Amino acid sequence: MAQMTMIEAIKDGMRVELERDENVLLFGEDVGHVGGVFRATEGLQKQFGEDRVFDTPLAESGIGGLALGLGVQGFRPIAEIQFIGFIFEAMDSICAQASRMRYRSGGKYNSPITFRTPFGGGVHAPELHTDSLEGLMMQTPGIKVVIPSNPYDAKGLLISAIRDNDPVFFMEHLKLYRSFRDEVPEGEYTVPIGKANVVREGSDVTIITYGNMVHTSLKAAEELEKQGVQAEVIDLRTLMPLDIDTIVQSVKKTNRAIVVQEAQKTSGAAAEIMAQINEKAILHLEAPVIRVTAPDTVVAFGQIEKEWLPNEKKVIAGVKEVINF
Amino acid sequence: MDKASYEVRTNKVELLSILSLDGTVNKELMPNLSDDQLRELMRRMVFTRTWDQRAISLQRQGRLGFYAPVSGQEASMVGSEFALNKEDFVCPGYRDMPQIVWHGLPMYQAFLYSKGHQHGGEVPEDVNVLMPQIIIGAQIVQSAGVAMGLKKRGKKNVVITYTGDGGSSQGDFYEGMNFAGAFKLPVIFVVQNNGYAISTPSSKQTAAETIAQKGLAAGIKSVQVDGMDVLAMYKAVQDAAERGRNGEGATLIEAITYRFGPHSMSGDDPTKYRTKDEESEWALKDPIVRFRKYLETKNLWSEDDEKNTIEDAKQTVADQIKKAESTAKMTIPDLIDSMFETTPPHLEEQKKAYLEKEGN
Repeated sequence: MAQMTMIEAIKDGMRVELERDENVLLFGEDVGHVGGVFRATEGLQKQFGEDRVFDTPLAESGIGGLALGLGVQGFRPIAEIQFIGFIFEAMDSICAQASRMRYRSGGKYNSPITFRTPFGGGVHAPELHTDSLEGLMMQTPGIKVVIPSNPYDAKGLLISAIRDNDPVFFMEHLKLYRSFRDEVPEGEYTVPIGKANVVREGSDVTIITYGNMVHTSLKAAEELEKQGVQAEVIDLRTLMPLDIDTIVQSVKKTNRAIVVQEAQKTSGAAAEIMAQINEKAILHLEAPVIRVTAPDTVVAFGQIEKEWLPNEKKVIAGVKEVINF
Repeated sequence: MDKASYEVRTNKVELLSILSLDGTVNKELMPNLSDDQLRELMRRMVFTRTWDQRAISLQRQGRLGFYAPVSGQEASMVGSEFALNKEDFVCPGYRDMPQIVWHGLPMYQAFLYSKGHQHGGEVPEDVNVLMPQIIIGAQIVQSAGVAMGLKKRGKKNVVITYTGDGGSSQGDFYEGMNFAGAFKLPVIFVVQNNGYAISTPSSKQTAAETIAQKGLAAGIKSVQVDGMDVLAMYKAVQDAAERGRNGEGATLIEAITYRFGPHSMSGDDPTKYRTKDEESEWALKDPIVRFRKYLETKNLWSEDDEKNTIEDAKQTVADQIKKAESTAKMTIPDLIDSMFETTPPHLEEQKKAYLEKEGN
């Protein structure tokens, strides 16, 4: 099996699908000849030609509209939004249009679009390049939200997203692009959308998280073990649809839970997860569910980025809080 | 005085007009249309006017939901659609229901759409339209995508998309035209400039001399057309379609037109922003009156034809609204199931809750 970084795995996923289905198209700003600002699409234009893999003019709403129109014509677009902060320019195309195409056309047309975008802090990217905007997407009916935490999942989830007949918002954490390698099968395989992964088993507390915070939480869990606390860590992989069954099952076992997200505190994924635990497992809880998050400010992308982001220490403190309640 | 050669400028534009107010035509520009086709254009315009009047009345009776009146714009709407093939694709704005119905969407579904029933948008398999776009300009970027799809499939078809003068201020208007220009896509952008974006006059909408010249910036062919002249609209779209089919790319058509009624039936009062003088001036350009004069000189249209068409339109509207009203109401579970191809567990749960309530 090949060892791949996450960005290599993502590229491999696209390559596999471009090869398998001629309706798959890949486009965005600088994705063609250059191969993307992170080289996520490097070599794909050369392999599949400019008709399948191409650069667009610099206009995100146009990219979203192009994807929607191509979907109507039976293509399966992979539309890259160069950085997540630029999705605001495409919010109408993604959230108001692609997400409701199935409803608007009484099922005649769908939007088999994968919107790929890098996001995530800790890499000293400029303003509006690293924001965690999954909460906005989760609140939009009709769109799926996927955030992989490792190369294996990234490729398998991306292939699932490309094959999905509904629009998928696929968020790739910048810090994970090249931080480590993982065994990734060659050729096609899928990781199902909507299924969480228990990445570490434990009996005392459940840490529910996704994206880069999976790694932060796993490190925290190792430290906690030294202190005699067995933490179970759930990598959600998909935020919409949310695998609440796996969460509830774990909470029933551990009776305590924290949600760790890189995003700001209020009204995001963590808030939704806590609400659902409240609805489905409140009698199994020994302590209120709490969340470890960034503060409700704009992203601190420069000098104080490290302090702003949730870290291992904050996760450990969060776990202690629910243990000692 | 000569202007500096480094100054970007355009020449004065004259709008394409074929039919004069007294009903004579410019033979040089006259499109090649048979007598039957000429009669059919008239029939569709008269039918559309009657349908519009009936729809306004149905809306007032509470039997329709949102409705945007179309009277005055029949030449622009009917003439442009008439120049297309059935395989061509129509991406309308919110006022452009006539074009998609003439392109094949059953009228009762247009009524269902107005009533907020999801079956309204269930476009039949062989009808190439999207439902009217509510977000101003979104259809412009989408039409570029549909056109790219047609081009990639090797089809000799074009996409036509419509917006108003207000729509030409939207970012999507520029993005869509720029994409169509850059990828040389077979799109026809029609701006039906009826003088007002709800109440805001064109003079406050843009400082550009014409909306047509905005297409120049995108490198696409741009023309201004008398939108009250059905023959000119037909010709402009026919030319644009031919260019699109030949791989020559997109065209922007600015149609100068007027809506005789309010912006929509949802409380707009045009007397607050228009004068009686202005309205009577535009009434003289009524596309139906002008075309009738022409057809009458050729003995192609009679009072009986007009009467029969109006009767037919009234009867059709009555039948179709009845069909819409007898369609079973959509349900919350139906709505839930329209969100995803396979309804995910959390929505199944919400559906179940509604079904249980309905069962009580």
